Amino acid sequence: MTTTTETPTVTASPKREGGRFSKWPVYLSVWIIVTLWIIPALGLFINSLRDPGLVRESGWWTIFGSILDPATWTLENYRVVLQEGFGNAFANTLAVTIPAVVIPITIAAFAAYAFSWMTFPGRNLLFVIVVGLMVVPLQMALIPILRIYTTFDVTGTFPAVWLAHAGFGLPLAIYLLRNYMGSLPASIIESAKIDGASHWAIFVRLIIPLSVPVLASFAIFQFLWVWNDYLVALVFLGIDPSVRVLTVELADLAGRGEGAFSLLPAAAFVTMILPLVVFFSLQRFFVRGLTAGSVKG
Amino acid sequence: MTTPLLPDQESDVPERGPEFEQPQDNSFVVWVLRILSALVVPLVLIVFFFSFQFLKDDDVNKIVQVTVAVIVGVIGVWALYWGMDRLVNLLPERPASGVRPFVFVGPALVFLSFYLVYPAINTTILAFRDRNGEGFVGFDNFVTLFTESQYLTGIRNSVVWVLVVPAVAVVFGLGFATLADKMGKRAESISKSLIFLPMAISFVGASVVWLFVYGFRPEGFGNQIGLLNGIMVGLGQDPVNWLQQQPWNNFMLMVILVWLQVGFSMVILSSAIKGVPDVLLEAARIDGANEWQVFRKVTFPTISSTVVVVWTTVLITTWKVFDIVWVMTGGRDGTQVVAQQMVQEFFTNLNDGLGAALAVVLFIAVIPILVINVRRFQAQEAQR
Repeated sequence: MTTTTETPTVTASPKREGGRFSKWPVYLSVWIIVTLWIIPALGLFINSLRDPGLVRESGWWTIFGSILDPATWTLENYRVVLQEGFGNAFANTLAVTIPAVVIPITIAAFAAYAFSWMTFPGRNLLFVIVVGLMVVPLQMALIPILRIYTTFDVTGTFPAVWLAHAGFGLPLAIYLLRNYMGSLPASIIESAKIDGASHWAIFVRLIIPLSVPVLASFAIFQFLWVWNDYLVALVFLGIDPSVRVLTVELADLAGRGEGAFSLLPAAAFVTMILPLVVFFSLQRFFVRGLTAGSVKG
Repeated sequence: MTTPLLPDQESDVPERGPEFEQPQDNSFVVWVLRILSALVVPLVLIVFFFSFQFLKDDDVNKIVQVTVAVIVGVIGVWALYWGMDRLVNLLPERPASGVRPFVFVGPALVFLSFYLVYPAINTTILAFRDRNGEGFVGFDNFVTLFTESQYLTGIRNSVVWVLVVPAVAVVFGLGFATLADKMGKRAESISKSLIFLPMAISFVGASVVWLFVYGFRPEGFGNQIGLLNGIMVGLGQDPVNWLQQQPWNNFMLMVILVWLQVGFSMVILSSAIKGVPDVLLEAARIDGANEWQVFRKVTFPTISSTVVVVWTTVLITTWKVFDIVWVMTGGRDGTQVVAQQMVQEFFTNLNDGLGAALAVVLFIAVIPILVINVRRFQAQEAQR
């Protein structure tokens, strides 16, 4: 692979072929598609910054007549929305999300180590079951868990949601971490063993530091999953205003009909802001996490 | 560099993995210890979380609650695992090596059993019981699902969703990835980010975005604030109540999911396209193939397995779609789907039996994909 540079090739990449000039149809069609793609979100964003009266009165596209008029723009919607429950819901969502990301990662890391580097009876069968569980629809778990939670009167508490998200996230977490840990070179683990290191020491000092990329990928995936989740939060946490999360709050506002239309755009952006920040700042890891976790059930 | 390869019989059997461990003790006592060691971490977590009143108390500062949860969830859990590992060290060596793996893997297995395996079995049983989950009703719930028109419509709609959405998402994703691949690096990355952006937002948020596209006001009730009706009025047409046009309203809802999923399909397929060796593409071009032929005869066959993976992934997401229908129409006007009816039945109508039956329908339909996934995994393992 290193000796093919004798003849410097002019047309190194097929990408360059034809040059930029003949590519204008490609550029044009791509930018048209992209524009169409972001118009719905862009319209919502414009509406979120418009005077509430105007939002109810006319479509967002009418701003182009008064785009420089300061009376068009306001942050009032965001202020009202944050006071009317969305500030509280934002805190609730954080309260749900952080433990619901942290707990499954720890449990899955230990399990993934055992699946990759320890022998125990049933190891392969159990892992195949984990692979199968990834596809099981969440809906299969809702009714029995809700019944148990109701019996013990823990429905509507944060721990109930943390542990449920931890349980539902585990198959994917174990699968991802095990695939990664299992592909680490056996030689380093064996030499650590020969030096007398215990499983605990190997796990904590060798495997965990080496697995940081996959731990980060899963953390991002689980963060987005839990933050954007509506179903689990609706069923196990419920619609009580003191505990409900952003998605539940937003769905409730959307269900109030036209009267709430002026607040909906700002409210929607409050729910989106953190995932969008994650998206723009950690895009590479984000893609990796998302693609790795795309089969979750 | 010129070292001749020596025939080496032994190297055919690579010695990797934990084979160097001692033969294990599988006696009854060891099994009891294994089960106990698996249960400790989950039980302590559950008891801790649910017995402390202040974690349930809404008046307590959430920051305090979350801080406690994170401390327990990280430091506490690590300490528990560490303590269990120490305890196992007290055992003689042979039983210890038999029990230790279960200290590591056991808590995860207990969680999986409690949150997925047990509920799946229990839901299957509930599907044959009445609305309170008590009396046995045989196949009544399933008969209801497959005879009453509202559920048949739900099943029909769900089938149309999984036929349409994955196909459109893959075709759009593939088309866009192919086009963007021909652009300059910077333009490609920016345009892909923008197409991918909807992946970051919730289904509920996306539904709100599209409420302002499909919005409708009857004439005399003010200007149209929905984009589509704004265009209709601009073209001199009457506004349309898009979400009530049966059966087209279903496709209006599908557009939302396509909008969300194309980014995913595009990103995965794009990386697959970039993995197609340049040599193959060049060879085809030199042989006189045009770009369409290159795509059809070289690129597509090379990435076909990725296409299948993307297709099934979007298919599973589509099959379980709930939030979009729930928020946009609530399943009215002939837009119901199975996953949304499932929540509707057990959560709103409090009919556990029928809800469970709908969940079972959802599950049975994905069993083929489950089997394919397991097979693919086993094939991968065989190659390792």
